[in-house]
Amino acid sequence: MAQKITPKKTPIAEQDPIVRGKNFDEVCLGYSLEEARLEAARCLQCKTAPCIGGCPVAINIPGFIKALADGDLPKAWEVLSDATALPAVCGRVCPQETQCEGVCTVGKIKGKEPVAIGKLERFVADWKAAQPEEPVTPPAQDKGKVAVIGSGPAGLTVAGDLAKMGYKVTVFEALHEPGGVLMYGIPEFRLPKEIVRREIGNIRKLGVDVEVNSVVGRTLSMEEIRSSFDAVFIGTGAGTPHFMRLPGTNLNGVFSASEYLTRINLMHAYQFPDYDTPTRKSKKVVVFGGGNVAMDAARSALRLGADEVTIVYRRSVEELPARIEEYHHAVEEGIVFNFLTNPVEYIGDEKGYLKAVRCIRMKLGEPDASGRRRPIPIEGSEFVIEADTAVEAIGQGSNKVLLNAFPELKLNRWGYIDADEKTGETNLPGVYAGGDIVTGAATVILAMGVGRDAARSIDAYIQGKKQA
Amino acid sequence: MYKILSKRLIAPKEYDIWVEAPRVARNGKAGQFVVLRTSEKGERIPLTVADYDREGGRIRIIFQVVGKTTMAMSRLDVGDSLHDVLGPLGNPSEIENLGTVLMVGGGVGIAALYPILKELKKAGNKVITILGGRTSELVILKEECAACSDELLVTTDDGSEGIRGVVTDAMQILAERGEKIARAWIIGPTIMMKFAALKAKELGIPCWVSLNPIMVDGTGMCGCCRVTVNDEIRFACVDGPEFDGWGVNWNEFMNRMGQYKDEEKISLEKFQSEVGE
Repeated sequence: MAQKITPKKTPIAEQDPIVRGKNFDEVCLGYSLEEARLEAARCLQCKTAPCIGGCPVAINIPGFIKALADGDLPKAWEVLSDATALPAVCGRVCPQETQCEGVCTVGKIKGKEPVAIGKLERFVADWKAAQPEEPVTPPAQDKGKVAVIGSGPAGLTVAGDLAKMGYKVTVFEALHEPGGVLMYGIPEFRLPKEIVRREIGNIRKLGVDVEVNSVVGRTLSMEEIRSSFDAVFIGTGAGTPHFMRLPGTNLNGVFSASEYLTRINLMHAYQFPDYDTPTRKSKKVVVFGGGNVAMDAARSALRLGADEVTIVYRRSVEELPARIEEYHHAVEEGIVFNFLTNPVEYIGDEKGYLKAVRCIRMKLGEPDASGRRRPIPIEGSEFVIEADTAVEAIGQGSNKVLLNAFPELKLNRWGYIDADEKTGETNLPGVYAGGDIVTGAATVILAMGVGRDAARSIDAYIQGKKQA
Repeated sequence: MYKILSKRLIAPKEYDIWVEAPRVARNGKAGQFVVLRTSEKGERIPLTVADYDREGGRIRIIFQVVGKTTMAMSRLDVGDSLHDVLGPLGNPSEIENLGTVLMVGGGVGIAALYPILKELKKAGNKVITILGGRTSELVILKEECAACSDELLVTTDDGSEGIRGVVTDAMQILAERGEKIARAWIIGPTIMMKFAALKAKELGIPCWVSLNPIMVDGTGMCGCCRVTVNDEIRFACVDGPEFDGWGVNWNEFMNRMGQYKDEEKISLEKFQSEVGE
């Protein structure tokens, strides 16, 4: 294709930072059809298609972009949905800059930005959702029965793929609504919950049953499940918050990011008292951590009406693990960043409420096991930040509810399930696992990638057993 | 699902209901709890299960109207349903034959004490029970507890029944007569648990208390229910709900229980004006 490629991505509409800092509506407004086709035309349709290899679920990216550029949206949807059950989600929350877009051939040309693959994926998925519903005939489900524990990205992918292959799948979810981290973790302004519900609805239309309020290990035992299904996939997520265990951790106003975000997202605390669950009315909020979860918590606090929101991160801006887009959005909205800083103590008032956090300045030393330079406290540099709310977004450990009730399952040295990265196989035949409960906290798309692989190995296992 | 099968007012503002929840009924044990919601916009609240009917697929919940959710529950009739019931959650009580056990219950906490007491009796313990309340009609489940106890003492603040005084007075009476108690379970209002646990410590009786802090998910995912026990941070939902009563940081626990007082009031008043109560 002899075409002139514009150096920059086609600009996309976003809510104004001042306006969006006061609402929970989505920040990014998406492309129009014209904009999307313009952007699709920036794709070279290169033969090597490194983008496909950069995608954990191997979407035929040039394929769907070609169809979009040609204006054949039904075809674009077909190509996309062949590889992913959650395109509207992935288009919004994947770290494309380190995956498909990170290896895009256009992006390798000096002075040019890669094709906005994520925004195009989202466009096609949103287009499809706006079309009149077509009746879906669920595929025959006579190949076997599979139980999926946990309805986050990993579990939903396994469920969708196996249903398409002809299995009867039942998903067990502990909370009252399916979606896992997509529902309780990622805020409305990044991923509207209607979109998550819609994509789960599509998976249900394939004949997948979802049973909410079901904690496996408590509501049902693993034995009950193993005796009634041909195979089991465990995708329960990285489920228990770490606390830094500083003095004063149990003061009122100190939260784990999991609690802070669950109250807001799953329980709709931002709509209190229309919804029953409240959260703290904060004036000054400090969030500890540098990942996407820290950005989400800080930006949520701002939208709840806090006067000042600060992110405290022990390393520098270069080491920030958050997606660059999320960091930029946070800065635009007025979140204050305090880099090379770490908290040492929470200070409370006489009634047990947080009033300040004592912090210490850090400097970077030699690289540690993670390859990042290790932060070291600078002696005598302590100072106090006033705060009525503190949110610890420093990661999670494995949730033990299911694991304790199922001691036969082998764990790794970090307490996560010891499962094969490629196949999801555990030490027990017919029991598979994937997502954060295997890797520790990672991304939506990595969990989906493992889900796809696990679905294939579960299929092979069940068919092999039948032939034996 | 989660249909209310029977409903009885057993004391002012205290209701005794049986709810259809077959899986909870099949797998639940004494000491465990459920997290429930009454509506799509409702809050998730933890309530202890007072009894299980495994064959009938039902669980028994006894609750006191204290806020919006419990008021909404009290307005449901037989045939109506709860929106969500998740359970059984938390660790079951450790039931074994210890010799003589002391069961101390107060207020609606007696409902949580009863299933444990029943199992301890079945396990062969000599069970001495103290039930306390402000006044006679607030001391619930007397007959049922008596049926599984070797001895039952009732205390009331106003002297309308049993010993005039509080549960710690009855504990003192037992100590003075030289009763050798291997372990106590103390479940009731926080202030009662605090003083009864202090009394147990003074008398050298190891004790469990069952903590019911504010929870969100109830499965160890959020850490809202954290408590300090013997200087360690524990999650009541997955590490409890029973903890060493000698080691609980009660003041912190009470502060944390009160952190949404203002919002709880707003929510309750809004509901009352909507339903005209």
